[in-house]
Amino acid sequence: MATLEIRGLTVTVDVEEGTKEILRGVDLTVKSGETHAIMGPNGSGKSTLAYSIAGHPKYTVTGGTVTLDGEDVLAMKVDERARAGLFLAMQYPVEVPGVTVSNFLRTAKTAIDGQAPKLRTWVKDVKASMDALRMDPAFAERNVNEGFSGGEKKRHEILQMELLKPKVAILDETDSGLDVDALRIVSEGVNRAKEGTDIGVLLITHYTRILRYIRPDFVHVFVDGKIVEEGGPELADRLEAEGYDRYLATQA
Amino acid sequence: MSLLAQKTPEATAGSHEDSAAAFVPDQSRAERRTSYAVDDFAVPGGREEEWRFTPVDRLASLFQVAPTDTGKLTVDVQSPDGVTVSQVDPRSAGVLVPADRASVVAFAGEAQATRVSIAAEAELTEPVRITVTATDLARVNGHLVVDAGHHSKATVVLTHRGSAECGANVEIKVGDGADLTFVTVQEWDDDALHVTQNDALIGRDARLRHIAVTLGGEIVRVSTNARYSGPGGSFEGLGVYFADAGQHQEHRLFVDHEAPHCHSNVEYKGALQGDTAHTVWVGDVLIRASAEGTDTYELNRNLVLTEGGRADSIPNLEIETGEIVGAGHASATGRFDDEQLFYLQARGIPEDVARRLVVRGFFASIVARIGVPEISEHLMEVIDAELGAVPGIATEDVA
Repeated sequence: MATLEIRGLTVTVDVEEGTKEILRGVDLTVKSGETHAIMGPNGSGKSTLAYSIAGHPKYTVTGGTVTLDGEDVLAMKVDERARAGLFLAMQYPVEVPGVTVSNFLRTAKTAIDGQAPKLRTWVKDVKASMDALRMDPAFAERNVNEGFSGGEKKRHEILQMELLKPKVAILDETDSGLDVDALRIVSEGVNRAKEGTDIGVLLITHYTRILRYIRPDFVHVFVDGKIVEEGGPELADRLEAEGYDRYLATQA
Repeated sequence: MSLLAQKTPEATAGSHEDSAAAFVPDQSRAERRTSYAVDDFAVPGGREEEWRFTPVDRLASLFQVAPTDTGKLTVDVQSPDGVTVSQVDPRSAGVLVPADRASVVAFAGEAQATRVSIAAEAELTEPVRITVTATDLARVNGHLVVDAGHHSKATVVLTHRGSAECGANVEIKVGDGADLTFVTVQEWDDDALHVTQNDALIGRDARLRHIAVTLGGEIVRVSTNARYSGPGGSFEGLGVYFADAGQHQEHRLFVDHEAPHCHSNVEYKGALQGDTAHTVWVGDVLIRASAEGTDTYELNRNLVLTEGGRADSIPNLEIETGEIVGAGHASATGRFDDEQLFYLQARGIPEDVARRLVVRGFFASIVARIGVPEISEHLMEVIDAELGAVPGIATEDVA
């Protein structure tokens, strides 16, 4: 049983004109087995929340706390956060030339577990996960994200999530740029991980369509750097029908 | 961000231009002057085509004839059976005619050349190892002749260590049907200057693998020129380099295809780490009208690990006949940047391991191609040391 707890998180980013406050006091608790959807308009700070939790150096935390099972996440380096059990599926995964998917996955697994995986079971696990995500075996010998299509990059992110078995995974707009088939395959991957490992999921999305495949337990509406409304899955249906205008109007 | 795209501004200045796009030095690479007379080459000022990337002001001493500081130099030769080592007249081999000021000065500075002869049809089980070690910025004029007899099979490893101002010439004669691997390792101390010209003449149906490994030295410049004396010859030019802050490493290749049905393949890979690390790769290939059936490819890849490094990469291909099997080149420079680091770290991989993973992956294929175990293993050890690596994670499927 793991708990990611975010309290009063404020984050700034350096822009040309100076320092800009993006997150203005975020409170959120994600427990094992729970799926939380964070929905909000573009520019509301959803991705900033994801990258701040993961520790991207571009963002400066100016206040608040983030803990995972009581451990101070903000005091950890990026790789320490991952080893503590956090995972960020990125919207724009970067290319790593010269490093094959196979080598990358094994190195990451070794780092996360603190020991190299047993070769035979590892090869079997990788193959099973790749098959389930409809990834060609040749994929393993390609360089990480190099020349991948948008859909391949997202499948590769979910593949990592399945294999690395984090306690809490943050999926940053994993649905963006996917056609319906790819969206379904990727969503099935997330659902498999949920069933298999009791993972807590924080799903960041602009549109509701991924929520047809991944059923959220909680929906949080994110506007202007903080959560403005919370509810169950019915809130997503309402957003689908009404859009974000209601919240934006109250802001103005 | 496409890491292999040719868009990194500082890394691609002037790169990947098919001959004479940005400058018109000679009408053809074939017209470049060669001579034994020092006065035929002016002291370079840095604007000459062949010197335009080189910090010539720091090489001034290597442009003036001076004797070798024999007291500060040791040359160790380990030669297995089937090999004869002797001192010979510098002009006796006739493979190399100096093509620049540094080469002609080194030629003039040494009265004798060291000749390593591999007997015809000999198949050596151990490499010939020649180790040049100098101290205190010793002036060294080097001249090595490697003469591989017909149908012989051998590996020759020339290693440079210590501190020197070394101008050198290497002549490699590969007899008909011979198979020679020649490795030149530049593992100098930080203050060494080294400018060398390696000329090879490849016999009928012979094969030469010329491998340059440049890791140390302040300025290292290796010019490798390959020609064929008969049809069916094969030249494989491999290079691995790793430039740290303040290092200039330059590799120039010229493959002159005149005989028909010859093959050449050039692959150089380098990494740059630290401010002002500078690497230059120039790959010229000339396919003359008579060289029908030529098959040639050249490739250069650079990995810029930190801000402030600069990689120049210029492939040039001149083709005078259409009756060839193939001719191509590729050049690309990529960066290891903060976003890559974040991505790998976000998967739990510590920074030092991430860096090593990327660099080992980058070099793995070419290190495997070197095919001389003692060189390949040593190379990966040195690269790990350069990266300040920690004992490892998942390295068994690289190198």
